[in-house]
Amino acid sequence: MTTHYLVLSALLFAIGGVGVLVRRNAIVVFMCVELMLNACNLAFVTFARQNGSLDGQVIAFFVMIVAAAEVVIGLAIIVTIFRTRRSASVDDASLLKH
Amino acid sequence: MEPAEIASIAQHSGGAIGVAWLMIALPLVGAAVLLLGGRRTDKFGHLLGVLMAVASFVVGALVFVQLLGFAPGERRRGVTLFEFIPGLVDNVGLLVDPLSISFCLLITGVGSLIHIYSIGYMAHDPARRRFFAYLNLFVAAMLLLVLADNYLILFVGWEGVGLASYLLIGFWQHKPSAATAAKKAFIVNRVGDVGLLIAMFTIFATFHSLTFSGVLDRTGDASQGTLTAIGLLLLVGACGKSAQLPLQAWLLDAMEGPTPVSALIHAATMVTAGVYLIVRSGPIFEGTGTAQLVVTIVGVATLLAGAIIGTAKDDIKKALAGSTMSQIGYMVLAAGVGPAGYAFAIAHLITHGFFKANLFLGAGSVMHAMNDEVDMRKYGGLRTVMPITFATFLIGYLAIIGFPLLSGYFTKDGIIETAMEHSAVLGWLAVLGAGITGFYMSRLVFMTFFGKKRWDAKAHPHESPAVMTWPLILLSIGSIGLGAFLILGNRFMIFLSPAVGAPAHSPAFNPFSVPGLATLALVAVGAVFAWMRYGAAEVPATAPRGSFLTTFARRDLYGDALNEALFMRPGQWLTRLAVFFDNRGVDGLVNGLAAFIGGTSGRVRRIQTGFVRSYALSIFVGAAVLVGAWFVVGNL
Repeated sequence: MTTHYLVLSALLFAIGGVGVLVRRNAIVVFMCVELMLNACNLAFVTFARQNGSLDGQVIAFFVMIVAAAEVVIGLAIIVTIFRTRRSASVDDASLLKH
Repeated sequence: MEPAEIASIAQHSGGAIGVAWLMIALPLVGAAVLLLGGRRTDKFGHLLGVLMAVASFVVGALVFVQLLGFAPGERRRGVTLFEFIPGLVDNVGLLVDPLSISFCLLITGVGSLIHIYSIGYMAHDPARRRFFAYLNLFVAAMLLLVLADNYLILFVGWEGVGLASYLLIGFWQHKPSAATAAKKAFIVNRVGDVGLLIAMFTIFATFHSLTFSGVLDRTGDASQGTLTAIGLLLLVGACGKSAQLPLQAWLLDAMEGPTPVSALIHAATMVTAGVYLIVRSGPIFEGTGTAQLVVTIVGVATLLAGAIIGTAKDDIKKALAGSTMSQIGYMVLAAGVGPAGYAFAIAHLITHGFFKANLFLGAGSVMHAMNDEVDMRKYGGLRTVMPITFATFLIGYLAIIGFPLLSGYFTKDGIIETAMEHSAVLGWLAVLGAGITGFYMSRLVFMTFFGKKRWDAKAHPHESPAVMTWPLILLSIGSIGLGAFLILGNRFMIFLSPAVGAPAHSPAFNPFSVPGLATLALVAVGAVFAWMRYGAAEVPATAPRGSFLTTFARRDLYGDALNEALFMRPGQWLTRLAVFFDNRGVDGLVNGLAAFIGGTSGRVRRIQTGFVRSYALSIFVGAAVLVGAWFVVGNL
């Protein structure tokens, strides 16, 4: 039973990871990061249920709070970059290299 | 009057002696005003300079009069000025005694005359005000040197005159030769100063005091070896300042300075500071025969070397400079003999101050008339166009060769007699030196004032203005009468005895002694020989090649070559080695390290591609590696 949840979690994490690596659009990359975070949350909750402890569930809440804060800042940055450069491609945002 | 024992120093305040510091302060103020006032003081700068020198002389004369009012045994007056470093020199004070006041009168008296002469000599120089500022600075420093009552303040004056000498030799610093000569004088003097400094260290380590009273009264406490070391180190200092062998090389080059400077600093006063140091430190030298022997040998060697150099120089000032070396050699010789010679050394120093200043200023007057030509081969027959310069120069000349009854006759004869009593070898060498003096001075006079005119086409010689001839006349009066006044009846010896002590038996002046007659005969031979070569015969316009000996003398006895081979070349090797080590060793290490870090950074920087996704990949791979490693380690 637990195995199914964990497999699903691993699949979601892998999809998210591949998305981060291959997609250029910053919004999509961002969504993939969220996907990876939620895959982790699923794994945490699964183990919490299996072990009968609340630790994993609490951690899932922490992750959600951090993810929410991260979304606020990340989206603000992406929108600002888009406004100034008319592009949301992560490959274009390379002004800080040496 | 009988000569007295060395008197103890009595503390004194009030009267002229109480304000003896004014002697130093007045010219110092003059120098400060002229240097700080800048161009605003250009108009009256020379007058202020003269005024300060003369005022200093007046104070000196008043001090002298007051000093004469005391009984001989009380003529050493100490004047405390202010408290200084306790333990080192508790109080800074002046010592007014027969020795220091003799110097003061010479410095300010001859100094004032040379100041006056300089008004005329430097009239057309745009930097005349600066010249007088330096002259005043020199007078102040020299007076500090002779009036100090301890070695520390003496050293301050010693360095002060060195500075003034440097500034004045290089006064025309736009001439590379003058700038080089100034540096040479400064550096050679530093060698002597190191000797004097180490002597002071040794004195302080031995006697725990630097004051004359604290050191010279207690020389019996020190061991023979310590006294010898101190004496020899003091001699090194004296050699540097007084251009004695082996530190003589700077004096001939110092003639690059204006002629009044050569007269005041490099003939009459500063170069005699070494003699002052030896006589002042007399008790130290008297305690050690070795140091005294070395002093006399240095003196004799220098008096011969200077005289030989003087015979071959065609530059009138360099010939006189060789003569100065030689005459100071006489003084050092006498100072090395001990109490018997001190009075003669100082008496010769004073008469030499007069006749040599007279000769130098006369040479300056000739140069002034001949468009600053210094080559005597381009002079000749000047006696008719410059009668006053000729007459005064002739008096100076007769005085220096020791013509009977003139100044130099009495004082030089005294030195020769004293040296003869001390050691026959030294005495006869001094007689020989006197003979050479007769030759080179006669040569100088004949080439300049007699014979055919060999002038440059553009030269129109004329007599110098009164402001230049009057100092010459006054100096030649001193050149005539001062020797007889000082020596006859042992007047100067008795006057000086409370300060330097008295010889075991008072010397009696004997005009018909064997050395005296031999000296006169040799001088006459030298003069006649010079007349045959340079008076009666034609003087070629260019110097003939001459023999090996002539070249030897012309090249200053290879003094410069010796210094170059012994010190300059090895010094250059050393600096080259240091530069090589610095460039290749130190710089190589530092630069290599910097280049390594810079290069590595340049390579590492390429990792920063700017592609977010490649960063993400590296994070991902890193995480995968970590997790994989954890699995591997965890399963072990």
